[in-house]
Amino acid sequence: MATETVGELIHEAAEPHASGGLPQLDFATWPTQIFWLAVALVVLYYLMSRVALPRISETLEERADAIADDLDKAEEFRRRAADAEKAYEQALAEARSKAQAIAAETRAEIQTQVDAALAKADAEISARTAESEKRIREIRDEAAAAVITVATDTAGALIDAVLPEAQDAKAVASAVKARA
Amino acid sequence: MAAAEHGEQSFIHPMDQFVIKPLFGGGEVQLLSITNSTLWMAISVLGITALTVWGTSGRALVPTRVQSVAELLYGFVRQMVEEVAGEGSMKYFPYIFTLFTFILFSNMLGMIPGSFTPTAHIAVTVTLALAVFITVTVIGFMKHGAHFLTFFWPQEAPGWLRPVLCVIELISYFVRPVSHSIRLGANMLAGHAVLKVFAGLFAMVIAGGLGPMAVVPLAAMVGLTAFEFLVAFIQAYVFAILTCVYLHDALHMH
Repeated sequence: MATETVGELIHEAAEPHASGGLPQLDFATWPTQIFWLAVALVVLYYLMSRVALPRISETLEERADAIADDLDKAEEFRRRAADAEKAYEQALAEARSKAQAIAAETRAEIQTQVDAALAKADAEISARTAESEKRIREIRDEAAAAVITVATDTAGALIDAVLPEAQDAKAVASAVKARA
Repeated sequence: MAAAEHGEQSFIHPMDQFVIKPLFGGGEVQLLSITNSTLWMAISVLGITALTVWGTSGRALVPTRVQSVAELLYGFVRQMVEEVAGEGSMKYFPYIFTLFTFILFSNMLGMIPGSFTPTAHIAVTVTLALAVFITVTVIGFMKHGAHFLTFFWPQEAPGWLRPVLCVIELISYFVRPVSHSIRLGANMLAGHAVLKVFAGLFAMVIAGGLGPMAVVPLAAMVGLTAFEFLVAFIQAYVFAILTCVYLHDALHMH
């Protein structure tokens, strides 16, 4: 670098026109600069507008599309998962309600059997009670009848023993009946 | 070392780096001469082409490094055009992309030691700015016809003030290419010249036998180099965004 600079300096010293003032204001160099700038810009503009920019824009669009597609797919999968969950929930609810129905049915069936058994038992019990009452009544009636017979007999015998002449079976019987 | 040979004269001319020299043959610079400026313009064009044409040839869904840089550049300029120039400006996107990348690459390549910066030349920046100025004015008239002239007639101002403002508007419109070109050219020129001044100072301090003192210009150069990279980008960006602003004015008239 240093030697190069020195070389330039010597060159400058030999050519005094270049070292006078700003090189920017050396208007002799303007046409070539402007010409080559125009060439550079036209070439660059052509390359950018025809090749580079459409290609980059396409690539970015494709990427955006791909991402959007993936997002759509993800959304679809999420929706499907939600559907599956809903179906599962529904199946679960159905099973639960079915189970409840079966339980209720069974309970009702058992209840009717129990009711029937109870009714049967009740009927049996009441039948037996009635029979027993009837028999008790019969026994009581028999006993009552026997008491009257025994009282009549006893009264007859008593009267027979005390007053044999006053024996009147009919009167005794009616008297006992009146007392009973 | 070299200073001793060359004597009293200032060691490095800060402006020497801007001299346009024919690469072949020497002598006077002709219209079609291939100069150092031509060479670095060509390198810029090749660099941009390599990045945006060759770099994207894979059209990969998952971009390679070069491709993603090209896509980043594309997105950056596209967003700028969309946001600043507004509706209907996409037609001119390749034009602004061309300008921005060309200036950016010229500025950045100019940071290579020993290289040449075409955009440090007023001839180049004036041409660029005039191209923008003429294009934008033509677009304005093509889109709005003679109505485009009302752009210079401020409707919202009080009546008596309008002619005055109209003159000011016209002047500011025609000053646009001047500021547009000088801003870029002067920034590039000044940055490179200052770098060269500090480099010369460094060499002079070393040659003067003040060894350790050379740290000062060296540190300044390091800082300035970083700053110049920033300026190289910012100036390309400013040029492009101002082009978008002017385009917006032509398309939408305020």
